Amino acid sequence: MYTDVIMAGFGGQGIMLIGDILTYAAMHENKRVTYMPTYGVEMRGGTANCTIMISDEEIGSPMTGHPYSVIVMNGPSLVKFQPKVRPGGFLLVNTSLVEATAVTRADIDTLLLPANDIALELGNGKIANMVALGGYVERTQVVSLESIKKTLPKAIAERYHKTLPINIKAIETGAQLARRG
Amino acid sequence: MKESQLVKGNVALAEAAIQAGCRYYFGYPITPQNDIPEYLSEHLPKQSGVFIQAESEIASINMVMGAAATGARAMTSSSGPGISLMQEAMSYMAGSEIPCLVVNVMRCGPGLGGISPTQGDYFQATRGGGHGDYYNIVLAPASVQEMFDLTMKAFDLADKYRNPAMILADAILGQMKEPAILEPREPVRTSAKPWAITGAADRKPQYLKTLYLSDGEQEAHNLELMRKYDVIRDKEVLCEAKNLEGAELLVVAFGTASRIVKTAMNMAREEGIRIGLIRPITLFPFPSKAILEASEQIPKVLVVEMNTGQMLIDVQVSAHKSAGIFFYGRPGGGVPTPEEVLVEIKRSLHATAGIQASKNSVG
Amino acid sequence: MPQQVFKRPRTLSDKPTHFCPGCTHGTAHRLVAEAIDHFGVQEKTIGVACVGCAVFMYDYFNVDVIEAPHGRAPAVATGVKRARPDRIVFTYQGDGDLAAIGTSEIIHTANRGENITVVFVNNTVYGMTGGQMAPTTMLGQQTTTTPYGRDFRTDGYPIRMAEMLATLEGVAYSARVSLHNAKAVLNAKKAIRKAFEMQVNEMGFSLVEVLSACHTNWRVSPLEGQKKVEEEMIPYFPLGVFKERTGKDFL
Repeated sequence: MYTDVIMAGFGGQGIMLIGDILTYAAMHENKRVTYMPTYGVEMRGGTANCTIMISDEEIGSPMTGHPYSVIVMNGPSLVKFQPKVRPGGFLLVNTSLVEATAVTRADIDTLLLPANDIALELGNGKIANMVALGGYVERTQVVSLESIKKTLPKAIAERYHKTLPINIKAIETGAQLARRG
Repeated sequence: MKESQLVKGNVALAEAAIQAGCRYYFGYPITPQNDIPEYLSEHLPKQSGVFIQAESEIASINMVMGAAATGARAMTSSSGPGISLMQEAMSYMAGSEIPCLVVNVMRCGPGLGGISPTQGDYFQATRGGGHGDYYNIVLAPASVQEMFDLTMKAFDLADKYRNPAMILADAILGQMKEPAILEPREPVRTSAKPWAITGAADRKPQYLKTLYLSDGEQEAHNLELMRKYDVIRDKEVLCEAKNLEGAELLVVAFGTASRIVKTAMNMAREEGIRIGLIRPITLFPFPSKAILEASEQIPKVLVVEMNTGQMLIDVQVSAHKSAGIFFYGRPGGGVPTPEEVLVEIKRSLHATAGIQASKNSVG
Repeated sequence: MPQQVFKRPRTLSDKPTHFCPGCTHGTAHRLVAEAIDHFGVQEKTIGVACVGCAVFMYDYFNVDVIEAPHGRAPAVATGVKRARPDRIVFTYQGDGDLAAIGTSEIIHTANRGENITVVFVNNTVYGMTGGQMAPTTMLGQQTTTTPYGRDFRTDGYPIRMAEMLATLEGVAYSARVSLHNAKAVLNAKKAIRKAFEMQVNEMGFSLVEVLSACHTNWRVSPLEGQKKVEEEMIPYFPLGVFKERTGKDFL
């Protein structure tokens, strides 16, 4: 088993955080995992992305130009990463901030989630990232939702632990909306 | 045994320094290694250690020299331009045989360069880097776990041979997070340092110096150093060898480049191409013997680096004379993709001539 | 029974020095050794040698010594002192070392208030390398690289380090002394002792600038050299104490 994902959006959308959560969940399932964030100058432009690779075997390159999956949380990220998704791969797009019509790839699985709107409905605009994470995990089954929930307290700083229930709610909502049929 | 933790490479390295007993850090900020001084500025004071942000890399490394001269484990970390500024004192430390750790999380060059991952400082690291006839012990991690393990090892080797040791890493290794066990593999060795400058109580005054003016004195000192380097070459080589048996092509790569090569190897295997890998872990001492022996069996060798061909020279010197040697490199922050490496693997396999390295530019 | 009234300090070795006959480096060495003897700290003193005429201090002082790269002695001393705060650490630097190539290190070491002692010998030339211009070379002074005399339009002005460093909060003691006659030597002795006393009492950074003749490179006799120190150097480099901290008032 091998897969990877690029998560991309604005700084402040909690991209790195959901990357961390996925990484912890993969560790929890005794998988090999690497997490490569954007850093330094690249971050100053206001975009943030991270690449996570998950495998049963030793992981070689921690970066990829042809990801199996991409989570796009804003417009610039769609422009940058939509063309890179591997044929047959998966693209999740936050349609609260990205025009759905801009999603043009027909050779991949796409999931359009108005993550910010859903988050606002749940009562906290900041948890759009969690909605997206739930959608990604449900659709790809890369790790179990149980592992995500279990490792959430590790990835979230202790002073925010009172927000765990609403975060879990957001992940579950995202997952529910991603279920096919 | 400790559980593995998800940790950044730079942080794993900094934590290793503390666990190795290093209590003295002197440094000057430069990207992409700032996590190291930031971590140590928080954690060294808790261990009664000393963290000083110096006025320059020149001052930093000289402070390292002073602290290390008293027998303490001391270190600094920097990148490109900062490492260049340290070369003067590193030469002095090699000459007066003062052990220390210098970490180079490489950035591009020549000049200021960007902070994208690169391996452009291979020559500087493995050829001494400063003036005079000397070598640093150079270790090249390729994972977060090795950022930890090899930092601990570097302190041991530095002390064992009274020689500066260097960790040669890049921005990917520094910024990447991977699960790692932050616990020593073997107990930390602390050796007596009778040469240390601690004040001449109960013994005659002693000194650490590099100036030898009497007839033949400097030559004798250089020959003594040479004998030490020969012992290091003989005893301390580390490399990872993978899938050499029956391989059609030997790839040699270190650090981040070796990670990319491993992905390309898997892709090649799916196409029925058998690739062997030698990954030098110590760059000085260089695993010349392993490369010679492998290249006696495997007729073609591809060197992959994130520069324009530096370790290539060492492979050319080491490999069997009948081996065809090819090169693929991307400098200046260009990171080779596994797909590109696969193309080069195939090109090397199909090439008929090629004793000389063919330096492929990025097209 | 005759009483011995003059002897070699314990901290000074009985090796003949390589210094030119008449050079006052020897006097300065002696004063440093006397100060170390006075405080009884020879066995816990660590010297940091600079590059220049004073590089051979490991031959002349009976203490542990580490040799620093040119100008870097204050940084090396910082490392030594931070690792061994219980030791007495001093550097002995010339004007090229301290006031040219090592300005960054001396300023920041002083500014951090490192509890070390710096003996700074100012003789207005690079002695070891054959008499080239130093940052402290007098205006109009001929050296091997200012054959027409130092001209401020090309070379700037002689730099007054003791005054400059005295402005830094980290400095506990900064003074300038001279060695051109017996009275001056006695004053220099007091100042050097004071500088070490500051360190013994953990008061912070101390520096003594010692005006010295380099008659060889000045191309004069030793006696004429002392006269030049008195008549030409002292008017520009006034003697005195520029800062003396009395309590541990680290602001």
